[in-house]
Amino acid sequence: MSDARTPRNTVGKPRRRVDGRAKVTGQTRFADDVVLPRTVHCKLLRSKVPHAIVRSVDTTKAERHPGVLLVLTGKDFPITFGILPVSQDEDPLARDRVRFVGDPVAAIVAKDEATANDALDLIQVDYEILPTRATPLEAYENPAPRIHEYGEEGNVHKRVSFQFGDTEQAFSTSDRVFEDVFFFQGNTHLPIEQHASIAAPDQDGKLTIWSSTQVPHYLHRSLARALALPAAHIRVIACPNGGGFGGKTDPFNHEIVVAKAAMILGRPVKIALTREEVFYCHRGRHPVLMRFKTGVKNDGTITAMHLKTFIDGGAYGSYGVASTFYTGALQTVTYRIPRYRFEACRMFTNKPPCGPKRGHGTPQPRFGQEVQLDKIAEALALDPAELRLKIVEKPDTVTANYMHVQTIGLSDCIKSVVRRSDWSNRFRKLPNGKGLGLACSSYLSGAGLPIYWNKLPHSGVQLKLDRSGGVTVFCGATEVGQGSDDVLVNIVAEILGIDPFDIRCVTGDTDLTPVDLGSYSSRVTLMMGNAAIQATDRARDLLAQAASKKLDVPKDRLVFADRRVFDTEDANKGMTFQEAVMLAETEFGTLGTTGSYTPPRSPARYKGGGVGPSPTYSYTACVVEVDVDPKTGWIHVPKVWIAHDIGRALNPVLARGQVEGSVYMGLGEALMEEQTFRRLPERLSHALVHKFPSMLEYKSPTSLDMPEVDTELIENPDPRGPFGAKEVGQGPLLPIMPAVANAVYDAVGVRIDEVPITPEKILKALDDKAKGKPGRYGPGAFPNIAYPDPMLVPTPWEGGDGNATNDPDRKKAALK
Amino acid sequence: MMRLPVFKYMAPKTAHEAAVILADHAPGEAMVMAGGTDLLPNMKRRQQTPKIFVSLAHVDELRHSTTGNGMVLGAGLTLTELATDQRIKQHYAGLYQAASQIATPHLRNMGTLGGNICLDTRCNYYDQNYEWRQSIGFCMKKEGTTCWVAPSSDHCLAVSSTDTAPMLMALGASVTLTSKTDGPRQLALSDLYRNDGMNYLTRRHDEVLTHVLLPEASGWKSVYWKLRRRGSFDFPVLSVAAAVKLGTKGIVEDARLVLGAVASRPLEAQDAAGQLIGKSLKDDAVIAAAADAAHGHAKPMDNTDFVLHWRKRVVREFVTYALRELRGEDMRDTRHKHGRQDLVQLS
Repeated sequence: MSDARTPRNTVGKPRRRVDGRAKVTGQTRFADDVVLPRTVHCKLLRSKVPHAIVRSVDTTKAERHPGVLLVLTGKDFPITFGILPVSQDEDPLARDRVRFVGDPVAAIVAKDEATANDALDLIQVDYEILPTRATPLEAYENPAPRIHEYGEEGNVHKRVSFQFGDTEQAFSTSDRVFEDVFFFQGNTHLPIEQHASIAAPDQDGKLTIWSSTQVPHYLHRSLARALALPAAHIRVIACPNGGGFGGKTDPFNHEIVVAKAAMILGRPVKIALTREEVFYCHRGRHPVLMRFKTGVKNDGTITAMHLKTFIDGGAYGSYGVASTFYTGALQTVTYRIPRYRFEACRMFTNKPPCGPKRGHGTPQPRFGQEVQLDKIAEALALDPAELRLKIVEKPDTVTANYMHVQTIGLSDCIKSVVRRSDWSNRFRKLPNGKGLGLACSSYLSGAGLPIYWNKLPHSGVQLKLDRSGGVTVFCGATEVGQGSDDVLVNIVAEILGIDPFDIRCVTGDTDLTPVDLGSYSSRVTLMMGNAAIQATDRARDLLAQAASKKLDVPKDRLVFADRRVFDTEDANKGMTFQEAVMLAETEFGTLGTTGSYTPPRSPARYKGGGVGPSPTYSYTACVVEVDVDPKTGWIHVPKVWIAHDIGRALNPVLARGQVEGSVYMGLGEALMEEQTFRRLPERLSHALVHKFPSMLEYKSPTSLDMPEVDTELIENPDPRGPFGAKEVGQGPLLPIMPAVANAVYDAVGVRIDEVPITPEKILKALDDKAKGKPGRYGPGAFPNIAYPDPMLVPTPWEGGDGNATNDPDRKKAALK
Repeated sequence: MMRLPVFKYMAPKTAHEAAVILADHAPGEAMVMAGGTDLLPNMKRRQQTPKIFVSLAHVDELRHSTTGNGMVLGAGLTLTELATDQRIKQHYAGLYQAASQIATPHLRNMGTLGGNICLDTRCNYYDQNYEWRQSIGFCMKKEGTTCWVAPSSDHCLAVSSTDTAPMLMALGASVTLTSKTDGPRQLALSDLYRNDGMNYLTRRHDEVLTHVLLPEASGWKSVYWKLRRRGSFDFPVLSVAAAVKLGTKGIVEDARLVLGAVASRPLEAQDAAGQLIGKSLKDDAVIAAAADAAHGHAKPMDNTDFVLHWRKRVVREFVTYALRELRGEDMRDTRHKHGRQDLVQLS
């Protein structure tokens, strides 16, 4: 376990990131930049129909097309795959069923991409069309035909239900109870780099794949399973990603297909997806309908919350089971909620699969919770900022659902944005059309559990030092643009007192680097960072032992800084770093150390309690200013103030970049981004297609549309973080959407209870308000979903121990 | 990535040579390409698949502009050249504003005036790649029979999305086309268009658009307003091009008002312009009457960004913005909120 030690060298100082030069000069080698001799090219034939049985696939003509080397179909891939062990529901190529427009059916490998593309039209697929489910409610009301043969029943993929304390009793004794229904539309990651992979047989017959993936370790496991090869015979190299945001955290069809094709053909096979195909890979934000019932006392104190969510999962499982839990797991870690009930249901529909996008399942309920709090504050005549300050959760607390909050800097965040935005003089005091909105959030600093059950470390770091004075650091972590390589080098440089440029960094290569679970759940800085500290401390200790002997200075008096090792009491008494390495190598032989990190055990022992725990949580508050034209509903965002509790910023330049990037992405989700679909009339075509799978018509803000962002990092080191650091990659996104909604209300007095918040919705709400109706745009009643009986988990303050009282499986396990 | 189909590239040196190549080939077989910013993406999506590219990149005569009695603009001028020409900024300010709001700086550096005038009509059912269009059974504009925007429609409802044409029409522009058989001919720009998403141009396939002729601008003021989701990149979903000739005491002597992106051609709102003539723009009621009249013309369909009833509704506001700017109001704040561009006119 690391301590939040005080840095003295590179950590905490603003620096140019180690990969910055390559990125801006175009030298970074992305997967599509990997060029190998004799490479051939792959294209996938994707389903043109949203739901059908595949009767037959005739590839004869395509095989005869000049330049075509190989045609693969579902017959070549008997084994399914999927990211979660409980959702191995994807075929590399459809064997008997297609489930959405874009589902891969066949693959063509040809001498070049254009030839492969031309041959796609020569494949004849005979489909037996099945009814299509476009929305979760339609899927719920029509259990047959089932989109998948597994899942709970009909088209229900997963349902969960928890009861932490008696919420009904609490509602009955609350001063006020608020009920609101919200909708969060789906949206996608939109990384600039489209997915690409190239697979090649090694000279000794093993297989290597270079891919744009955030999770080389999970891809490694999936390839081993789907290709029925020993994992030791496969090497996965995660190239730097041109953005991921969760869109490259699943193993994908195309990766398995090119791996197989490379083995069959004995030569490198490359695939580079088009933008349309990236929209079909998706795994983006789940559309979520949600109902919040919240009891409060007149002073704003929350007595209980009951949250129901209804989730559109799309055509496959992906991370969906985890996403389902995440739509309710983190409601309790920001504000004190003494009793909590949570029910969720994820449906299969005939659309590209949803999955984890930045914030994974939590931005949707965070939107509802923060907008409802704004309504509660108004109803109770409280300032929304003061209300939140009153109910912020205390540090080192186990919540009603057994999430263990460590440090919590949320109050400081709120105070920071309130001060900087001149909140008290401007909120509810600006002229009509101008408004301010406040919202807060929290996010994991790494998921407490891996996606497959094991007790192994989550991250490993290896260090090699030699007489050259250079240091090489190895870690399976993946640079997806977030700056993980920089974090790794920074920590090693800090502890060894050398320049980051002296360090070579090897990451994301399953042959060379120790396992790191991947760049997701904001886990890398904390987990890799702690592993790096352990490995580097061990190396430093070897060097210190050798130097101490030579200098005749006690080991703990030695300082490592400025590429030197010297006596803290006499700086002249010392040696160069290289000399220290040579001494240590002389004394101990070849120098190499390792470090690893496993998160602490969570107090949540109930089934399903594995989603939500984290070593620690980050916190964010923001104020968004809007300017709304009451005649057109047009929204303009001139400025955003944001404060993020990061524990410690290892490199403040990078940290601010993550915060500002989150603001950008959050504004996109708040104002325009939506992954929506068109269904054409049944008598004509009945196609269910992505409305606009293109970067032009899927609207996302450009740099020109970005407002001024005023960022403050709140640094209160967390004992569980490396040098006290917590996450920054995802949390700052979450408060943006509700803050925009709250600001729109402040500006023109209407509630938009769904995202995106568009001019037409505002105008509709203004029209309604003018007619004397509620000035609100949003979903109507929450549908009547049959959730299972809840798992009953007494809260810590009711004497609970983290177990459910009505779970027979757990009781049996406890008796053993 | 999406690949271009195979094509033959021809690079004539004169407009006449280009016209000869076009005349020697069937419609659709050879197509004119200037900047390529419209045609190349369409070819990647297999919306157009000419076997022969007739590039105008080397036709020098299309790349000049001359002034005299009005202004003659070569069709090959880039949009950046239009947006930065001080003469245009001074005398045809609306055209400067229109050109400045097209797409992104990169696309303006490539895209040309002629290309923007001839821009293919756009539709969310049509501007999709081949596989997508295959999955809906194609549409009547390309390979299909149905107009998905309005399945009972007997004609295509794709949207005119050019920014320069509405403005040029409001400025009273005409164009010159040349062909192998007939040589140059001149027609009012308005006559270049039909309200039909498929056959939206009256230009024959063997004709090359060579020049745009702008009449003398003395006494005229013009403005261009564009509605789009983002202040860069996007095509218009509504545009208002307005030009007025002001007499003494600010009385409107003549006026033209043209709406873009609400039909398959730029739409002249003559009655809206008529509301202004003989009156003063200082009178808000005059502006409101013109805005009401223009609103009646707009018949947007559900085939672009934003919902159609909202697009129709804001016509009034956008006409109002345009006329307020024409009467000399400082509209920078409104412009900034919509497009992050001030587009200030020279006084």
